[in-house]
Amino acid sequence: MSAVWPHLPILQVIIPLFGALLAGFARRAGPAFAIALVVSWLMPLCAGAMLWQVLASGPISYHLGSWAPPWGIEYRVDVLNAFVLVLVSIIGAVIMPFARRSVAFEIEEGQRAWFYCMYLLCLTGLLGITITGDAFNAFVFLEISSLSTYVLIALGRDRRALLAAFQYLIMGTIGATFYVVGVGLLYLVTGSLNMVDIAARLGPTWADNSRAIIAALAFVTVGVSLKLALFPLHVWLPNAYAYAPSWATAFLSATATKVAIYLLVRFLFSIFGVAIDLRGLPVAAIIVALSLAAMFVASLIAVFQSNVSRMLAYSSVAQIGYITLGIGFVNLAGLTGGLVHIVNHALMKAALFLAVGAIFFRVRTVRLSELAGIGRKMPITMAAFTVACFGLVGTPGTSGFISKWYLALGALEKGWWIVVFLIVGSSLIALVYVGRVLELAWLREPSKAIADASDPPLSMLLPLMLLAAATIYFGFDTEWTAGIASMAAKDLLGGLR
Amino acid sequence: MMETLAAALSHYNYVITIFLMMIGLYIVVVRGNMVKKLIGLSIFQTSVYLLYIAPGKIIGGTAPIIDPAFKLYSNPLPHVLILTAIVVGMATLALGLALVVRINEAYGTIEEDEIFERDRET
Repeated sequence: MSAVWPHLPILQVIIPLFGALLAGFARRAGPAFAIALVVSWLMPLCAGAMLWQVLASGPISYHLGSWAPPWGIEYRVDVLNAFVLVLVSIIGAVIMPFARRSVAFEIEEGQRAWFYCMYLLCLTGLLGITITGDAFNAFVFLEISSLSTYVLIALGRDRRALLAAFQYLIMGTIGATFYVVGVGLLYLVTGSLNMVDIAARLGPTWADNSRAIIAALAFVTVGVSLKLALFPLHVWLPNAYAYAPSWATAFLSATATKVAIYLLVRFLFSIFGVAIDLRGLPVAAIIVALSLAAMFVASLIAVFQSNVSRMLAYSSVAQIGYITLGIGFVNLAGLTGGLVHIVNHALMKAALFLAVGAIFFRVRTVRLSELAGIGRKMPITMAAFTVACFGLVGTPGTSGFISKWYLALGALEKGWWIVVFLIVGSSLIALVYVGRVLELAWLREPSKAIADASDPPLSMLLPLMLLAAATIYFGFDTEWTAGIASMAAKDLLGGLR
Repeated sequence: MMETLAAALSHYNYVITIFLMMIGLYIVVVRGNMVKKLIGLSIFQTSVYLLYIAPGKIIGGTAPIIDPAFKLYSNPLPHVLILTAIVVGMATLALGLALVVRINEAYGTIEEDEIFERDRET
């Protein structure tokens, strides 16, 4: 054990990578699932140990192949990293048991092993982006996770899944390429790819190269924003989430966009923020404006969706708006709110999409018009769904309330009263689209389409119930979510110029 | 005016980079044919390779081999980075083309507007 201890950062990437290879070679669904399960359950231990280490003794710096940074690649884990790593790996671990039946139901026999292989590759990429301290390395991991995501989406049953995957491939590649252009400009200016080193070298050259640095900032921000689906760069997301296999949707909605948000935060605060006066540039103002637009436009579109998956996908765009809103505030309460909403939204959206997956598993449809009375037929599934819905709206007593509370505090600290009203207002719209589903599910007589539906088997119910319970639990005990988020936010803001 | 022109000419590698970038993006946005879209995407990515590689070359510099005869070296790192980016670009293109093949099987066309029409019918 003690031999493994110092190598945890690299194991975070190596284990899922080899798991993916094994799952690919296994060829059959059963063994591939077993490998995916073991890997998914190992990852939170790994990430948790690192978080514990970081909280106890400060950032971990791991030098790949013992090449010292800035020449070698450095994996650097601080509170923010460890926080996101724990989130991604726990989501993977919790929802993994759900996959076996769901995947067996939705994906053809011959492709199931590849599904798990792609999931593990995607996990590799996401964990890699989060842990690496090297800007170019992050691009490589970004592409690993993206390429496997395209395949995951294309494995959906509907032929529109292929189209959604293709459109995401185009948008995603443009986003990633923008990111490389930005990193390239930074490399030209500083001669370094190590994030800490770039931050240190960027400041002194600001006076001579301000135009190139601003161009780099713009390229990176736009590129990463495409990946995290910041309004109006979100157009790939609704189709991708609606037509992907249900389990893949639950996993991606909870992790992929969150990791991209982490990358944005890392660049804005730890690299550009340290070197140049970020508050003197209109970046934050643009992000706030787009976030507010996302909160309203995407929520309004969600109200008019007839397909529950699409509705939740648009709601994701709106919820990402809350997260980026907190980032745009650039103050402690706001940033804490944004970071804590990363966790809360991941838990809630994973629960919601799992519930949708369970409904699809039983009744083969997620069209709203055919789901009347589903609450009476699948009470436990819909109870979890309802709890997560309340979290989405931000009712007190759920974790969603905590994030919005911090966001409102952040807005007040800035003196932006109107934004507080806007946060409440968009929550009311969320109540409308969520209310439509809940009313239909609980208060109507069961329709014919769902006559013989019942709750899914335990392996699917358990993850769902766990996530719903977490939504309530983190509404009361905020030490692990808001506490660590605020530590990370303090770190990030402390480094700001 | 003349100064700008002279500056552009002396930095012709960056001008070409931006030119390729714009052409690539334009094709991706304007063309409805999926294969053409992928070609545009490929051109767009290629421009980035140039953005990295060109500044790595120092005029009169040699490969970074330690030898008392050489004093001036070109920077090898951008080339190595772009080797990775080329692999990534190739993987993206291959996956994109595979998707196009599957789309053609499922829809019988690879023109975007026709596909949308077929989806609307069902």
